[in-house]
Amino acid sequence: MRYLYYPGCSAEATGKAYDVSTRAVFAKLGVELEELDDWNCCGATSYFSVREMESFAIAARNLSIAQSQGDDDLCVICNACYTTLAKTNRYMNESPEVFKAVTGALGAVGRAYDGKKPVRHVMDILVNDIGLEAIADKVTRRLTGLRVAPYYGCQFSRPMGTFDDVQFPTTMDRLFETLGADVITEYDAKTDCCGGMMMLTKAEGALRLCLELLTAAEQYGAQVIVAACPLCEMNLEAYQPKVNAMFGTDFNIPVLYFTQLAGLALGVDPRKLAIDRQVISCDGLLAAIPA
Amino acid sequence: MAEEKIAVYFCHCGTNIAGKVDVEDVVKWAAEQPNVAVAREYKYMCSDPGQDLIKQDIQEHGVTRVVVAACSPTMHEPTFRKAAADGGLNPFLLQMANVREHCSWVTEDPVAATAKAKRILSAQIHRLPYNEALNPIEVPVNPDVMVVGGGIAGIEAALRLADAGKHVVMVERDPSIGGHMAMFDKTFPTLDCSACILTPKMSALGKHPNITLLAYSEVTQVDGYVGNFKVKVTKKARYVDTDKCTGCAACTEVCVVRKVPNEFDVGLSNRSAIFIPFPQAVPLRATIDATRCLTLSRGKCAKQPCVPACGPQAIDFTQRDEEVEVEVGAIIMATGFELWDPRQENRYSYGQLDNVITSLEFERISNASGPTGGHIVCKNGEPPRSVAILHCVGSRDENHQEFCSRVCCMYSLKFSHLIKEHLPETEVYQLYIDMRCFGKGYEEFYKRLMDEGVHFVRGRAAEVSDVALSPEEKGRLIVKVEDTLLGIVRRIPVDMVILSAGLAPRHDAKEVAQTFGFGCSANGFYLERHPKLEPASTVTDGIFLAGACQYPKDIPDAVAQAGAAAAGALDFVNHPTVKVEPTISYIDPDKCSGCHICVGLCPHAAIQYNEEKGVAEVIEAACKGCGVCVAACGSNVPQQRGYLDQQIFAEIEGALAL
Repeated sequence: MRYLYYPGCSAEATGKAYDVSTRAVFAKLGVELEELDDWNCCGATSYFSVREMESFAIAARNLSIAQSQGDDDLCVICNACYTTLAKTNRYMNESPEVFKAVTGALGAVGRAYDGKKPVRHVMDILVNDIGLEAIADKVTRRLTGLRVAPYYGCQFSRPMGTFDDVQFPTTMDRLFETLGADVITEYDAKTDCCGGMMMLTKAEGALRLCLELLTAAEQYGAQVIVAACPLCEMNLEAYQPKVNAMFGTDFNIPVLYFTQLAGLALGVDPRKLAIDRQVISCDGLLAAIPA
Repeated sequence: MAEEKIAVYFCHCGTNIAGKVDVEDVVKWAAEQPNVAVAREYKYMCSDPGQDLIKQDIQEHGVTRVVVAACSPTMHEPTFRKAAADGGLNPFLLQMANVREHCSWVTEDPVAATAKAKRILSAQIHRLPYNEALNPIEVPVNPDVMVVGGGIAGIEAALRLADAGKHVVMVERDPSIGGHMAMFDKTFPTLDCSACILTPKMSALGKHPNITLLAYSEVTQVDGYVGNFKVKVTKKARYVDTDKCTGCAACTEVCVVRKVPNEFDVGLSNRSAIFIPFPQAVPLRATIDATRCLTLSRGKCAKQPCVPACGPQAIDFTQRDEEVEVEVGAIIMATGFELWDPRQENRYSYGQLDNVITSLEFERISNASGPTGGHIVCKNGEPPRSVAILHCVGSRDENHQEFCSRVCCMYSLKFSHLIKEHLPETEVYQLYIDMRCFGKGYEEFYKRLMDEGVHFVRGRAAEVSDVALSPEEKGRLIVKVEDTLLGIVRRIPVDMVILSAGLAPRHDAKEVAQTFGFGCSANGFYLERHPKLEPASTVTDGIFLAGACQYPKDIPDAVAQAGAAAAGALDFVNHPTVKVEPTISYIDPDKCSGCHICVGLCPHAAIQYNEEKGVAEVIEAACKGCGVCVAACGSNVPQQRGYLDQQIFAEIEGALAL
C-alpha cells in the first residue's frame, strides 16, 4: 500500500508534530508515503474569500503534480488543506467555467490537470483503507481507560461528508475505541469551530469558542483532546493560558494530534511522535497509559 | 385495411406546449401524413370549443380516427374519449399523443422539441388504422366500504358512510381506535378537550349498527377489481375472548409483568402484559401482549393470576391469529402519520440528555390522564422554571424532511399556553424559523400567546447541550441559537426542551400503498390523484384518501378530507355498476392449446381453465390488462385489446419513420 503525501505548510512549522507522527504511524503500519515534489500552499480557506479563481488554480497545481507523480491517492493531513483540495476537484468537475480557467492557468506554466486525482484525509485512509482490524493487530500499548475527547473540527466532514456524517462524524471515535480508549462519544462539540484564523484577528471571539470546547471536554472528564487539524490543535492547546486569563478558568488539558496518540498505542517512542515538545506537558498523560 | 380519415388536433396548452414546440410547423407537417384528413391546432383542446372541434369533424367530415396531441392521457384522455363518443365515434378509436410531459416540459431546445413532437404524433398516426372499436365492460359494484385506520380521519369517514346507510368495515392496527388525537390533551386554537370531542365519536363508531370494527387487525392482501375488492385481514390474537371480556381491567391489575413501556403514553409509563390501552378504548377489551406475557413468551407463568381474576373467564391462551376475507366496493385509506424520530438529529441530544422530550411526550405529560396526572414536571418531579420549544425538528430541513409539517407551529403555541396556564412563573421560549399560523383563528391565537408573555426567538436551534459556561447554566439544558432578529448568538439555559418534531409518513407507507395498488409521493406520503382537484382520491378507482396519510394535516383539515373521501366513496358505491376498461386480455379458444402456463402466471387470478373445452379463459371483470399472459404464451394466443401486436409495431414504425 502506498500513498502520495501532501503535508501542507503548517506541517513544516506549528504542525510539525502532525507530520512527524503521521509518518511514524504509517511506517509502523507498513504503508508508504511519498511526499509531493515542489508542492505549494493550498491557499487555505482565507484566499478563497479574496480571489476565488486564483485559489482554485494554486490548489490545482498540487493536484496536477500529484497526478504526474503517480497513480496513488493523495493523502492530506490538515482539515483545511483537505477541504480546499477536495473542493477544487469538485468545482473543476461541476463547473465548466472553473475547469477552463484552472486548466488555462496550469497550461501557462506547462502543467495539466483533469480534476480526477482522489484526495483523501489521513483518517479516512487509516480507518477505511488500512482498516481497524489491521490497526488492532499492531497495537502494543492499549489506551485502556483513557478518557479521550475526539475533536474533529469544522472542516473535517463539512461540507461534503465524503466518508463520514456531515454533522456528527464518528470515524475517529471508532479508531480510538479500537485502540482501547474510553472515547467520549457524546462529545457534541466535536465539530464546533475552534475559532480558526480569528485567533489572530479577533482573539476574544476565538477564545470564547475554545472555552466552549475545553469546558465540554473537561465536563466529560477528558484526559486528552485529540485533533485532526494543525490550526485546531494550536488554538486548543497553546491558547489555554489565554482562555484561563480571560475567563478565570484553569484548564491544563493535553491536546494531541490523533496520529500522536495513535502512534503511542502502536508502540512508537513518544519522542519520535514529538509528544515531548507539546506546549502542555503530557507527562501525566503518559503516566496514565499502562505501558 | 379500409381507408381511414384521421383527424389530428394539436393543443397549445397555453404556452405549456406552444412555448416550446413550433405548433404551426407540426400541424402543417401532420396534414401531409398518410390517412390524415384534418389537422388543426387549438389553444386549449380540453375547453368546450376544443372538444366541439372533435365532434364537428366527426359529424361533418366523416372522421373515423382521432389523435389529440396534448397532455398525458392520465390527465385528459377521458375528456377526449367522451368528446369522440359524443360525436358518434367509438372512444377507443382515439389516441392521445403526449407532447407536454414527454416533450415540451422536458426538452430545452425548441428545434429538438418540435422534431420530437412530430415523432410522438407520427407514432399515433401510424397506429390508429389498427385500432378497434371496443366497448366498456360493466360490472356490479359491492355497496360496502372499508376504512383502513381508526384515527380521527378514519372515524369521521366511517361515521359519515354508516350514517348514510352504507355498511362499513373499519380495520385498525392497534387494539383501540382513536389514533393520535386520543393522546392529546387540548386542541388548538380553541383549546377544546381533545378526548371530550373525540370519545363520543369513537363510542358512536363502536356501537353503530352499520359498522363492523376489526381492531387489532391488519390488511395483508388486496385482490379483486374495481368495485369488487377482496381484502384479506389478519385479526391478531388478543388471547382474550372479546365476546366475554367486559373491559373491567381486573386482569391488568393482577398481571405480574408490570414494566412494559406503555405505547399510549409513548413509553413514559408502564403497563402490564395484559392491558387496555386507555380507559376510553373502543373496543373496550383487554389484549395480551404475547411478546411480554410469561405464559405466551416463555411457556410458563407460575400463577397465571389473570385467569382467576377474570370473572367472565375470557382469557384464552389457545387463541391464534385469524384470517378473514372482506368484500367491499370502495376503500378509504386513513392510516395517519408517525412522529419524526429526533434521534436522527444528534445535536438536539434527544435520548441522551434528560428532559429533552418530543412533542408527543409533552402531549402526554400535559394530559390529565397522562403519566404525571397532567402536572408539567421534569424527570425529577420538579416543575421546570423555563422551557424551550424547538420548532421544525426534522421538518423544513434538507438533511431530513424538506416539507413543512404544518401543525407544529400551532401545537407549539398550544404547549406554550398550557405551560403558562399550569405554571405562570415559568418562562417559555419558542425558537422558530417562521410562524405559520394559517387556519381559522390561528393568527389570533398567536397574538394571544405573545400577550401571555411567551418569548419568541426567531432562529432554528443549533444545539442542545449540558455543557455549562457559567454558574447559572450549571445543571441545566443550554439551547444555542442564532437570534436572527437581533443578529446575535444566544445561549438559553432551560430545564426542559420540547422538540416539535415533524410528521413523517408511516414507516411502512410504501408497502401498504403497494398492497392496495397505488403509490407514494416523493416525500413518502400517499399520492393523491390530483394535488388540487382530487386530493382525496388515488389513481386506483374506488380507493380514497383521508387525513395525514396523504400529507401532514391538523384535525379540521383531516376531518374535512375525511368528508370528501366519504362523499367520493359514497358516490362510487351508489352506482349499481361500474364500467371497466375494455383494454384487457382475450384468449382465442380455437388457438389455445390448454397448456396452463398463463393460468398460473396471472397475478390477478383472472384466467381460469375450462375443463370441458380444454382451453384457458379470461374472467373479464378480474383482468387488469397487465399483459403478463400476452408475453408468456408460447403460441402467442392471448392478445391484449388496445395493445395488439400490430398496433404496437405500427406505433414503433411511426416513431422511427422520421
